[in-house]
Amino acid sequence: MTAQPRLAFEGVRKEFDVRGTAQRFVALEDFTLAVAPGELVTVVGPSGCGKSTLLDLVTGLSAPSSGRILLDGRPITGPGLDRGIVFQQYALLPWRSAQGNVELGLEGRGLRRAERQRIAREHLALVGLAGFEQRYPHELSGGMKQRVAIARSLAFDPEVLLMDEPFAALDAQTREQLQDELLRIWRATGKTIVFITHGIEEAVYLGQRIVVLTPRPGRVRDVIDVDLGDRTVGSSTDLRSDARFVAYRHRVWDALHDRASAPADEAPAGDAPATGTPREVAHV
Amino acid sequence: MSSTLTRPPAVVVADEPAFADPPTLGRRSVFQTAAGGGAAVRHGLAVAARASVAIVAFLVLWEVAPRVGWVDPVFLPPFSTVARTFGRLVGDGTLLTQTGTSLARAGAGFAIALVVAVPLGLVIGSSSRVSSYLSPFFEIFRNTAALALLPVFILLLGIGETSKVAIVVYACFFPLLLASILGVRTVDPLLVKSARSLGIGRVALFAKVVLPSAVPTVFTGIRMAATSSVLVLLAAEMVGAKAGLGYFITYTQFNFQIPEMYAGIVAIGLVGVTVNAVLVVVERRLSRWRAA
Repeated sequence: MTAQPRLAFEGVRKEFDVRGTAQRFVALEDFTLAVAPGELVTVVGPSGCGKSTLLDLVTGLSAPSSGRILLDGRPITGPGLDRGIVFQQYALLPWRSAQGNVELGLEGRGLRRAERQRIAREHLALVGLAGFEQRYPHELSGGMKQRVAIARSLAFDPEVLLMDEPFAALDAQTREQLQDELLRIWRATGKTIVFITHGIEEAVYLGQRIVVLTPRPGRVRDVIDVDLGDRTVGSSTDLRSDARFVAYRHRVWDALHDRASAPADEAPAGDAPATGTPREVAHV
Repeated sequence: MSSTLTRPPAVVVADEPAFADPPTLGRRSVFQTAAGGGAAVRHGLAVAARASVAIVAFLVLWEVAPRVGWVDPVFLPPFSTVARTFGRLVGDGTLLTQTGTSLARAGAGFAIALVVAVPLGLVIGSSSRVSSYLSPFFEIFRNTAALALLPVFILLLGIGETSKVAIVVYACFFPLLLASILGVRTVDPLLVKSARSLGIGRVALFAKVVLPSAVPTVFTGIRMAATSSVLVLLAAEMVGAKAGLGYFITYTQFNFQIPEMYAGIVAIGLVGVTVNAVLVVVERRLSRWRAA
């Protein structure tokens, strides 16, 4: 890790006015985290843990109530092309082709048309969509739309890629494929990625580090370093059933459920029930 | 799909596309792929036959009813008589002249309303400040039927072209204005958020996101405006005019040229269908990106 983090949160707090009352709603409190260049950090937490708030803050669409967010040592003052966002619902312009959508972030940068088109084609190829440049979003499947959105966010070469539960709307098989694709793209581009999810498995599978948040107000419960060995070699086997993977998943699950007062319906949905009871798994 | 399941994903930049989900077939209809050339023709004929059953039945009834004495043939001549009169009026140019006059008025009024109302609606839709000043004002006029103001228009502007065009402008204005306001207000907030996260400025955001996404809604207003422009114009021409299809219908009625009157009504029907068909084609061209 280098001395200066790419993205640094320093005691970030965000509160909102509650409409019609004098109360203040604290969405995020004392959030401190340093993301190193080239790191893939996953942020996992139940709903109400301030994930969306966090995203808006990093995007620059809103400012922290206190604390600072630094990108390469400089405070974030507004939206900019040094950060790319991938939304859960793709957010593609339906009247533009895949190519046109990728070009969106490249427009207004003084690039020539031919240059824009070349960059867009390259990035569509990077996400495995060569040959689909002229398709409109309604002609693409959910997984392909999200690939276009990823290509769009990478095309203008941002310092940091922020992903807000990008695979949550996809079916399980497509999701696993895109997770592998993301890891491949991450290795190929060396981007710094902050990946927000509510899936424990997804957080463990993708993250070099996992930040576990607790809800109301959103705070960092735990930061877990993940070491699953060389995953490029291990990808031919089922990493998700590996003992180390299961142990990490259990640790994250424990961290999320530490807060016994949280109602059951706010427990992170999805992964844990489908893969057996985490309690039966032995600790490492 | 199979390529990723059987092969470990290689760490290369431009690998093969690996889709768990096949590309959708887009606009291609799944029903047409198997049909051969002859079957397609037969299919087309069947569609045309189904579509014309009701129309043909109506025309037969129109032909038979006066002949067997269900209605007075003086007031409702058989369809064949009207059709012959229609042919004669097309031949001598009468109907074309009258239709041309009406269409020119409707077109001029529609164009003026379009140029004023759509930009105004887009501004009102995107600025709550402008909206708070203008909305109550427009709300009053929107709910005042255009035909109620017809006497005012005739008093102020005479029975010439100006009053006709003015009332068409008035009638078209509100559908266009409201559709434009709605079009801007119903832009998907996520698209706006996503574009803003790309650092796109206000003007570019409007041009690249808000405007294109408002097009389908604005077009609904355009079709409503076109319909009401013809309607209001005909009424205006019936009340006070020296030319036009509305004038032609009342004129022939007063002069007891009943087949001519029906020919004029048929002409109006054809004009309405044609205008709508043209707008549907334009709308399709402008919203090719939409599904289905």
